[in-house]
Amino acid sequence: MPETIGFLKPRQAVLDRRGEIIADLADLLPEGCLISDERGLKPFETDAFLAYRRLPLAVVLPETTEQVAAVLKYCSRYGIPVVPRGAGTSLSGGAIPQEDAIVVGLSKMSRILDVDLFNRTATVQAGVTNLYISEAVGADGFFYAPDPSSQLACTIGGNIGMNSGGAHCLKYGVTTNNLLGVKMVLFDGTVIELGGKALDAPGYDLLGLVCGSEGQLGIVTEATVRLIAKPEGARPVLFGFAASEAAGSCVADIIGSGIIPVAIEFMDKPAIEICEAFAHAGYPLDVEALLIVEVEGSEAEMEAMLQGIIEIARRHGVVTIKESQSALEAALIWKGRKSAFGATGRVADYICMDGTVPLSQLSHVLRRTGEIVASYGLRVANVFHAGDGNMHPLILYNINDPADAARAEAAGNDILKLCVDAGGCLTGEHGVGIEKRDLMHHQYNKADLDQQMAVRAAFDPQWLLNPSKVFPLEGRPQA
Amino acid sequence: MIVHFEPASEEGIASVVRSAAAERVTLAIVGGGTRSGLGNPVRADRTLSTRRLSGIVTYNPAEMTMSALAGTPLAEVEAALAAKGQMLSFEPMDHRGILGTTGEPTIGGTFAANVSGPRRYVAGAARDSLLGVRFVNGRGELIKAGGRVMKNVTGLDLVKLMAGSYGTLGILTEVTFKVLPVPPAAATVVVEGLNDAQAAAVMAEAMAQPVEVSGAAHLPESVRGRFIDGALPEGAATVLRLEGLAASVEMRAEKLAAALSRFGSASKLDAGQTKALWAEIRDVKPYADGTARPLWRLSVPPSAGQQLVAALRLQTGVDAFYDWQGGLVWLRMEAEAEAELVRRYVRALGGGHATLVRADGEARARIPAFEPQAPAVAQLAERVRASFDPARIFNPGRLAAVA
Ligand SMILES: Cc1cc2nc3c(=O)[nH]c(=O)nc-3n(C[C@H](O)[C@H](O)[C@H](O)COP(=O)(O)OP(=O)(O)OC[C@H]3O[C@@H](n4cnc5c(N)ncnc54)[C@H](O)[C@@H]3O)c2cc1C
Ligand SMILES: Cc1cc2nc3c(=O)[nH]c(=O)nc-3n(C[C@H](O)[C@H](O)[C@H](O)COP(=O)(O)OP(=O)(O)OC[C@H]3O[C@@H](n4cnc5c(N)ncnc54)[C@H](O)[C@@H]3O)c2cc1C
Repeated sequence: MPETIGFLKPRQAVLDRRGEIIADLADLLPEGCLISDERGLKPFETDAFLAYRRLPLAVVLPETTEQVAAVLKYCSRYGIPVVPRGAGTSLSGGAIPQEDAIVVGLSKMSRILDVDLFNRTATVQAGVTNLYISEAVGADGFFYAPDPSSQLACTIGGNIGMNSGGAHCLKYGVTTNNLLGVKMVLFDGTVIELGGKALDAPGYDLLGLVCGSEGQLGIVTEATVRLIAKPEGARPVLFGFAASEAAGSCVADIIGSGIIPVAIEFMDKPAIEICEAFAHAGYPLDVEALLIVEVEGSEAEMEAMLQGIIEIARRHGVVTIKESQSALEAALIWKGRKSAFGATGRVADYICMDGTVPLSQLSHVLRRTGEIVASYGLRVANVFHAGDGNMHPLILYNINDPADAARAEAAGNDILKLCVDAGGCLTGEHGVGIEKRDLMHHQYNKADLDQQMAVRAAFDPQWLLNPSKVFPLEGRPQA
Repeated sequence: MIVHFEPASEEGIASVVRSAAAERVTLAIVGGGTRSGLGNPVRADRTLSTRRLSGIVTYNPAEMTMSALAGTPLAEVEAALAAKGQMLSFEPMDHRGILGTTGEPTIGGTFAANVSGPRRYVAGAARDSLLGVRFVNGRGELIKAGGRVMKNVTGLDLVKLMAGSYGTLGILTEVTFKVLPVPPAAATVVVEGLNDAQAAAVMAEAMAQPVEVSGAAHLPESVRGRFIDGALPEGAATVLRLEGLAASVEMRAEKLAAALSRFGSASKLDAGQTKALWAEIRDVKPYADGTARPLWRLSVPPSAGQQLVAALRLQTGVDAFYDWQGGLVWLRMEAEAEAELVRRYVRALGGGHATLVRADGEARARIPAFEPQAPAVAQLAERVRASFDPARIFNPGRLAAVA
């Protein structure tokens, strides 16, 4: 397809030295940590934003922080771009490389270093997968709260890169609220530690800045995260509505009433059909919109909360209420929701938008989204974290039809602008990557962006860390 | 004579800053001035107050967000929230008691100093509630960052940077933050008569239970009598707060007391006592004693708190109590501040940070208020600062030895 999003022009001087660079990297790393043949590089050419691909110059898979530091020091000395990579599940193109870049993959750094139940923390290497942490502490009654649907595959390093969220973040917060500390390598090879088991280090909140910085400030090699005691019980309940708007305003009323469930997820009819066909979760097929509301606590607490929620749902004309009757049913309900993107991928190609809007705008934005996508002659499925207003319209298209792909991109841009104009933002949890980079001007004016770029330059004055991402390619400060 | 600016608009602030930057004139940034005794003394040519930049801009209870101009008194914000049954989840403390200051704390100063109380340990700090900011940087440019939605990863998170920057990066003009409903019911389980080490174990055990403890503090015998007019039972009190729906609080309190019964006898405080007790813990009541005796605020891993106090006791006269499951230690020295000793022990017992919150003028002039940072982090922080305030005109010295 014709590419509408540009990358930085590869540095010829770097491409010309390819052989030398690969030989030098081989010297810095143990056997088996360097990939430079075309077949080996292929799996690294894109991430889950599949429409764009670039074969990197080489991939390194270091085993220690010291090796990461050695590679970065080398790249900074010779002016070679670097793209950090976890599992490559980014939906915004955050981990897509470029021809003159070294990909630094953290997949070999996948050990849990310390579980401290007294202080309720876990310290892990950056390549540990999200779910692995909860599995490791589950038997002791704890879990790690942020739960992106990709949690089986995605890494803590990637979660920090994108400040990832998930269904249960309504109650527990996103990555930044659950991250206590990191060890990271700056582009010049300096290793620093930020935060730790003691809260609220004085000085600037560099930890908060690094979270969500999309691999532009340094490479995280270790993270300390907060563990939480598992609730006594949890129960998802399905609420079916005859119209999306009714479901949307029900969400706003639940939150406004002061009840904060653990999760409120929204699916419209196309999403329900796709997910039900995949997971057989028992979703009602005769409704236009579905909310999955999860409450947790003891039996009596869940009952009390549900009563309040059911009352509100009735006021919005709920047509089906279905409580999960067993752990198995509950698991199926979440399986259906968490496999929404994968299941959609089986029926069509899609791009997933990620704008967040104030809850009062939810119904309006849903309706306009439908109109926008229809005006491009495309279809949309909506499945998202409604409780915090984080929308995920999946725009369905055919990746092999260039005109279709261009229409999908254009529809996506219109939707994101709609979110910003409704008082929201371009991205709630997937990050800017390359996908929304050129829309940044819509959310920020020049002074706002210049300030962000000045901060970025304080970390990486040469602009070599994941350089094609986040900030529009023009108007960047020169080193 | 110190010239005092009190601009009444963002543009007014920006223009003061632009001329200050051009003339290399330094500015001390003041909200309510209630924490002006905090941090290192600022030596600036002029003072800029946000006092006249005051008022709630928007409050949408159904969306649980509020925007307010930075100079809005914290009390005004809290009253408006209370009228709708909502609150700031991070329980900002009032420093006037321990510092003996007067004046009105502002919402801008609260975020600029990342002020957080007992619920911080489970609900996050002020920085976690802050969704969006408008500020004037050191070039006199008006910058906005973040927004008014709960989730936002659009670009670098400058909002977090502004929280806790003590007015050294920019002058906040407007803050947007999320709020939470006031829990309809609250109670406190008191486990009686534990020593500090036993209390640490009990608090860890409580946090591991599925009962959602929203406050875990230990008040040794030496301070116990100074809380809620001496109404706590005799001996040391380990206090655990539960909040939520009334029936649920009741049940969780029973469950918690049962789970902890092997450690000591337990009693319960009602909602009224709970409210008063946790406000006093938040405001460090025992050390709001009208003296300037050195007061440290130590943030350490919870397991280290009581070890640290026990070790210091062998060396010098100290009194202490604990919040945040034992990880926040309020340490009052009997005589000298003993910065070197305190900081050495913090490092030796697993790391953390010792902030000198109160001391006499001589000690404050000599001792960096904030824990010194590792050199590489300090250099990075300095570059970050320069990206906001290249001429270094804001609050010179405030974060010295940090940035
Ligand atoms: C099916 C599916 C479902 C998803 N569901 C969710 C969801 O519910 N919520 C959500 O928030 N996201 C979701 N995502 C998006 C994605 O999984 C997250 O963004 C995830 O955090 C990326 O992790 P990763 O390890 O794959 O990182 P990558 O994709 O490899 O990298 C992501 C970004 O982080 C940077 N990075 C990676 N590792 C490091 C490091 N160690 N140090 C510094 N920077 C680093 C990269 O350069 C890149 O910019 C989903 C994706 C898919 C495919
Ligand atoms: C050394 C030190 C220790 C502290 N310890 C604790 C503690 O233990 N617990 C706790 O909860 N809090 C602590 N604080 C935070 C402190 O109490 C806050 O300063 C207070 O909330 C400020 O309210 P105020 O309006 O009176 O602000 P002021 O006292 O006027 O100002 C407080 C700080 O914020 C800056 N500031 C004020 N308004 C603005 C604005 N609009 N934009 C930018 N900067 C602004 C000031 O320059 C000053 O540095 C500490 C602060 C310091 C410096």
